[in-house]
Formats: sequence, structure tokens, C-alpha cells
Amino acid sequence: MPALLRRAGWRLFGSLPALFGVVVFTFLLMRVLPGDPAIFFASGPNAGEAEIQAIREQMGLDRPIPEQLVRYLGDIGRGRLGRSMGTGQPVVTDLVNRLPASLELTLTALLLALSCALPLGIVAALAPNSAVDHGVRLLCTLGVCVPTFVSGLLLIYAFYYLLGLAPDPTGRIDIFASQPPRVTGFLLIDSALAGDWEAWRAAATQLVLPATTMALFVLAPLARMTRAAMLAVLTSDFIRTGDALGLSRRRVVLVYALRNALLPVITIMGIVFSTMLGANVLVEKVFSWPGVASYALDALLASDYAPVQGFVLLMAAIFVLVNLVVDLLYGLADPRVSME
Amino acid sequence: MSGLLSVADLHVSFTTRHGTVPALRGVSLSLAAGETLGLVGESGSGKSVTALAVMRLLDRAAQVTGGRITFRGEDITQAGRGIMQPLRGAAMSMIFQNPRAALNPIRPVGLQIADVLRAHRALSAAGARDQALDLLRAVRIREPERRLGAYPHELSGGMCQRVMIAMAISCEPALLIADEPTTGLDVTTQKAVMDLLGEIIAGRGMALLLITHDLGLAAQQCDRIAVMERGEVVEEAPPAALFGAPRHPYTRRLVAASPTPRSEVHTLIGLTPPLAVLAPPPGPPLLEVEGLGKRFGPGTPAVDDVSFRIAPGESLGLVGESGSGKSTIARLVCRLLDPSAGQIRFSGEAIDAFPAARFHGHPRRRDIQLVFQDPGDSLNPRFSACQSIADPLRKLLGLSDPAELRRRATFLAERCGLEGSLLDRFPHQLSGGQRARVGIARAIACEPKLLVLDEPTAALDVSVQAVILNLLDRLRRDTGLGFLFVSHDLNVVRMMCERTVVLQAGRVVETGPSARLFSAPTAPYTAALLAAIPHFNPPAALTPAARA
Repeated sequence: MPALLRRAGWRLFGSLPALFGVVVFTFLLMRVLPGDPAIFFASGPNAGEAEIQAIREQMGLDRPIPEQLVRYLGDIGRGRLGRSMGTGQPVVTDLVNRLPASLELTLTALLLALSCALPLGIVAALAPNSAVDHGVRLLCTLGVCVPTFVSGLLLIYAFYYLLGLAPDPTGRIDIFASQPPRVTGFLLIDSALAGDWEAWRAAATQLVLPATTMALFVLAPLARMTRAAMLAVLTSDFIRTGDALGLSRRRVVLVYALRNALLPVITIMGIVFSTMLGANVLVEKVFSWPGVASYALDALLASDYAPVQGFVLLMAAIFVLVNLVVDLLYGLADPRVSME
Repeated sequence: MSGLLSVADLHVSFTTRHGTVPALRGVSLSLAAGETLGLVGESGSGKSVTALAVMRLLDRAAQVTGGRITFRGEDITQAGRGIMQPLRGAAMSMIFQNPRAALNPIRPVGLQIADVLRAHRALSAAGARDQALDLLRAVRIREPERRLGAYPHELSGGMCQRVMIAMAISCEPALLIADEPTTGLDVTTQKAVMDLLGEIIAGRGMALLLITHDLGLAAQQCDRIAVMERGEVVEEAPPAALFGAPRHPYTRRLVAASPTPRSEVHTLIGLTPPLAVLAPPPGPPLLEVEGLGKRFGPGTPAVDDVSFRIAPGESLGLVGESGSGKSTIARLVCRLLDPSAGQIRFSGEAIDAFPAARFHGHPRRRDIQLVFQDPGDSLNPRFSACQSIADPLRKLLGLSDPAELRRRATFLAERCGLEGSLLDRFPHQLSGGQRARVGIARAIACEPKLLVLDEPTAALDVSVQAVILNLLDRLRRDTGLGFLFVSHDLNVVRMMCERTVVLQAGRVVETGPSARLFSAPTAPYTAALLAAIPHFNPPAALTPAARA
């Protein structure tokens, strides 16, 4: 196990150049984009040139770009990502507050998507080109074709407006429910830790619609990959061996075929997760979800440099971590693969 | 209902895009308890389809269209999974070719054996583990406790097949079907596995249906042999009768085409013309290899201090088991690889120093050409036969006139026995033998002086192999080509080569004239290799009592 940790450490160390590149690229990109934060954050539309210049100096924007970059990198090295002009808070604080919301939503959506996609992929692969297979294909195509803001609005229309089953689709928890004390920032975990099942229920019901919306969108890649991998595995020799030696169908499909078919699914799962985390801005907007993506979008529209740069760096770091986890999972799932 | 298994007038056909294709056309077989039956024939003859039909493991596209399969008096012709699943593994079992692929790659072998045990018997996990351990001992796997947790990729091919046998016999079935159980294994491993299998079925009174393309193997293992051709059993007899006096013309051809310690190249295709023995012309050797070595990374070298010579027009055989370095030597001599040590001189000119990556531009490139093992994979799937053959003419001789290329390709194809009408076909439209001919025509296109043949017939059926070997032999006699002939099949090398080099773990074990080396080997390893070849000629091998 120490060897594994050491290798994981090396992997993280090896990803530092990529992270550095991401930081520099985002920094320069923000400087190239039109819009002047000093004008944006001046007191009003009739602020004088002198006032704007003062803000510019206060923000350090009057200095040459290389110098700004070096100072920014120095700040990152000390664990500071700057201050958000929009919220007035340090970016680190904002991200720490908002990341659990995004992670809770994304993880729930991923689990939901997996729990639907795996069975769908399996039944489709067991009877290729049957009615079931075509049904799964149709569902996947629909899921990937309909934009998340459309499916989100449709779900709200149906379950909140028409049927009244879902709660008010704003935020992470019903405003009248009591917020559990913050431990991890994940409401489901925090309320469970506090033993507050009322709050747990409130948070869970709030989570259902946005998570379903996101899950629908990523159902297709997961289910299609499961189907393709299962189809390939089901024709392999060792499946025939299992059948020839009288193993039950259940054992052959779930233990022999599925575990082998999971390997490519794990790979695609890592990619899907990273994509969801960044791309769920539409879902966060539709459901007024206080996540990092909507935070970054607001900052971008306001030419607020620091939050956007901080968000991109966070996403890059998460991407590195997710890939590491995928590789570790791969090593666990397949004895032929080691981290090297 | 005397027998254990009876197959009566079985018809199976496959539904394809081009309509229904019959695979079995009235196959009848019967097997009594404890009896061994060999099913021999070439690829496509329906051997495996018969076995899979008995196990009811045919895939969707195959349909049993007629006949009856009876197992222990019960008609299982159309039996569903509910009837078959309890039978499979417990009453009838099957082992397959390519044992490593036949085992689940991500499950320890101990658990896989336990899976089979627990599918048929009420056992605890610990109880199944203990029985799995006993089974690993029964198939003579060393350090069985440690192997229980091993994955298939950590075991050799022979060990994987032992594990597969352990799984198949775990619930003591009455019938074991072995589908090419040792094809692809080394000859000594093959002997060890077959000896073990023979011992186990004899010891447990199991019936064996052995499917093989190797007549010698069938003769050594089986009480009776059924010969299949194009979906029919054409002849069935005890080995002595079958090989002593084959009745059916196909059996006769098959027996003749199977290389034995006494056969000659021309007898394989039923010819008896005496071919003049070639005397190597005096003069400097065509190829001299001295102290050749090749090392891939640390550890033992793949090739270590190998030396040999080939005279112009001479044929030299390289034999050895997998990992002996014979293919590496072939690639070093072809200059596809750079040697780590030693010299390679071609017609007195040192060619070892020229980097392999740029050897395609070397003037000697056209003099040393290669014929590959897999005739399908070594042809560009997007090239027609004509384009494949003309390719070296364009690249190495710089010809570009289409009419001239076509004329030369047609001529070369004709020399290799390929009809001109096939020249516009693509590899997937050609049979294995036809592809082999294209590969040979391509190799001789630039009139090389040395042809390196790396297992040129290993992927071919014996009857096709017989024809291709004759083609190669005739080419050599007509054109004075030198051969470096790499093969794992010792009988083939004996027929094709004047001298032979025996390799073991990258080193030369023995070198000498083929006739002497194969009749009176001096190295114990050579003798062990020879002893491991299954024969059907020595009368001792013909009696079932001689088995293991």
C-alpha cells in the first residue's frame, strides 16, 4: 500500500506543470477578453475617470501583465485566489462554500445515472436489436438531444406545477426547513450526522429534480458504453466457458461479464463526472442551485477575474484527482493493470 | 439406449446475410461411457459445431434443422437452459482451445474452480476452496496453495489449460469434450497436458470426445476416430485401421498430408517423383551469422551467441519452443531488428551495422525477403492480391508502369499457383492457402537470394500446408533460393531443410544435417522435443493401452 501511495503522490506531482499551464492560460485569456473590471465595479455609470483610475490602481490592473501574473502566482502559492468583487468575499471562501453544493448534486446525478445506465446497458446487450434494445437507444438519444435547461424546465412544469409532487425548485433546501450545522457542506451528510431527518428529507426532495435532469443528460454515454462493453465481453471465450460448465445465467452475466465490461465504463465515468461538474451551470441556473458553476458564470459576466480563474483552477485540480481515482479504480477492477 | 451420447443424423445450419449455410449435414456419432472418440478434420469441417451442438452452446445464428442428440437416453436436441444448465459441468464438460482466453481474466483461478463446484453442489466457500485445492493438485500444478489466488495472466498457457481441466472435471462429469485442447501450446507442454488428460479420464472412467486437427494426437488418445469433411462424418474406425488402411479418399489425402517422421515433401500430396538432391554449389556462404545476440531490456537475452551459415541454395531450419528466440533471429537476419551483439554477413558483406530503421533503403533489402506466419494479417487489407505482389516491385525496383507491374504480378502469381482471376481480389475474399500464395509471390517478387520463412504454414490446414510446402520446395529447386525456415513443427523442418539448428532459451542446443539430427539427436533437449511429437506411425502408439 505505501508503494501505491507513493505512486499516487508522483502522479499528483507530475500533474503540476499541467495545472500551472491552466493557471497561466486562464489568466491571459481573462486579460484578453473585452471588458474592464474597474469600469464595471466603479460606483456608478457617472463615475469619473479619476475614480476609475483609482480603482484600477487599487486592483493592480495598471501594472504590466507579466507583473500581475507573477503576483497572482505568488498569491496562489500562499493559498490565496484573490477576492471576488461581486460577493466581496475571498474566492477561496466562496468556492469552499459552494463546491459541496455542486459536488452533492453531481455525485447524486452520477449515481442516479449509473444505477439506470448499467441495467439498461445490460438488458440492451443481452438482446441486441430487440425491442428492448431499441427502447434503450431511444431513451438515450432523447436524453442527449434535449438540452438540460429544457428537460429541467419540463420536469419542473410536470412535477412541481402540474402534479405538485416536487418542492419549490429553488436552492438546496426548503427555506422553512432548518439548515443542519455545517460539517462537510454536503447537506445530506450533515443532516444525517445531526440526526435531523426532517432536514435530510427536505434536502433530498430538493435534490431529486436537478439530479434527474443531469442524470438524463449523461445517461446516454454511460448506457451506450455499458452496452458496447457487454456485447464485446459476452462473445468472449470465458463467457462460453462459464456457460459450458453450468454456471447460472445470473452469475455469468453479473459476475463474469459485467465485471469485465465495467473497465471501459469506469474510464467513461471519469470523463462524464468531470464534464458534469463544469457543465452543470445550466442546471444550477434553472434550479437556483448555489454551486460553483453558476458562481463562475456570474463572475465571468461581471468581468470579475479572480473567481473565474479560481474556478478554472479548481476544475483542473478536480479533473486531475478524478483521473487519479479512475486509475486507482482501474487497478482494483483489473489485476492486469497496475498504476505504472 | 446403450451409449452415453448418441448423435443421429444431425443437421445444423447457419443463418447468414447470404442465406442459410449448412454446417452439419447428417452427422452420426455414438460414445459409450468411458470411451474415447477422436473427431478429426480440417477447419470448417464441422467438428466444433458438432461439439457445441451437443453442449447446446451454438450461437443464435445456428439452428439444429434435423436429427437427434441423446445423452444418457434423454433427448436433448432442443433442450433449453433449464435442462442443460444442471447437465453442463456436472454431466458433460468442455475444455477449449486457447486456455488463457477461456478463463475469466479478472477472477482468481481458485474462485473460478469454486464457481463451478458451487454451481452444482451445496458447498460453503471454504469447502469449495478446499476442493479447488485438491483439484489443482490432481492436475499437478506446483504450489497449488499459491496458485489458488493467481490470475490467468500470471500462469503459462499449459498451466491455464490444467486449470481449465480442473474446472471441467470438478464435478466428475461422465463426458468430457476437448476442443483442440493443446493447439497453440508447445510440443512438450502439449505432451504433458495430453498425458494428464489421458490419465484423468482413464482414472475416473470418463468418456472423451477429442476434437483435433492433429491425426497423431487423435491416434494416441482415442479408441476410435471419426473423420469429418464439410459437415459429414466420412469415415469412422479405430486408429490402426484408419491409418493403416483408410477407405475414404478424403481420409487417405488427410493421412498422406500429415507430416510424419518418414514422410517426404512430395509424398504429402501423393506424388512420387524423385527429386534430385541438391548439392550446394561451392563458393562463399550466402549468409554467415556469428555470435548473434539480442537483448530486450534487462534479464536474460532473447538471443545469445547464435552462429550458423547458409550456403547459396541451401535450406536451414530453425526449431525450438516458444521463447526460444527463433522468431527474433528471423527478424534480426531480415534486418527488421538491430542486434545487440555479433555479426551478420550477407555474401561476405557485413549488414549488421546498418540500422534496421533505414534498412529498407539498403541495396541488400531486395536480396533478403520474408514470408510471414499469418498469411491474412500480413497482407494489407486494402490492397488487392495484384497490388500486394506488385508492391515490392514498385518500392524496391522502382517500377511504376501499371501494365508492366500487372504483367509481372501475373507471372509471379502463376509461379505460386495462384490463378490470374484471383488477382483482383482482396485478402478477405481469398482462402488461407491463396493468401499464403500471395505472401510467397510478394516475397519472391524482387528475386531475392535468401527467403526467411517464419512459420509459413502454421496457420494452415494440413492439406493446404502440404501444397504450400511443395510449392516452396519447388521454388527453391528452380531458383536456387536459400531458405531460413523457422518452425515449431519438427517434421516439417526435417522435410524442408538440409540442416537444422535447435534452439532453447535463445541459445543453440544442437546443429547438424536434418537426416542425422532427427534420427539420432545428440542433445537431450532435441530428443525430448522429438519424443513429444504425437505419432500415428509406430505401431505401439496405435493401441489404447499405450496411452499414459
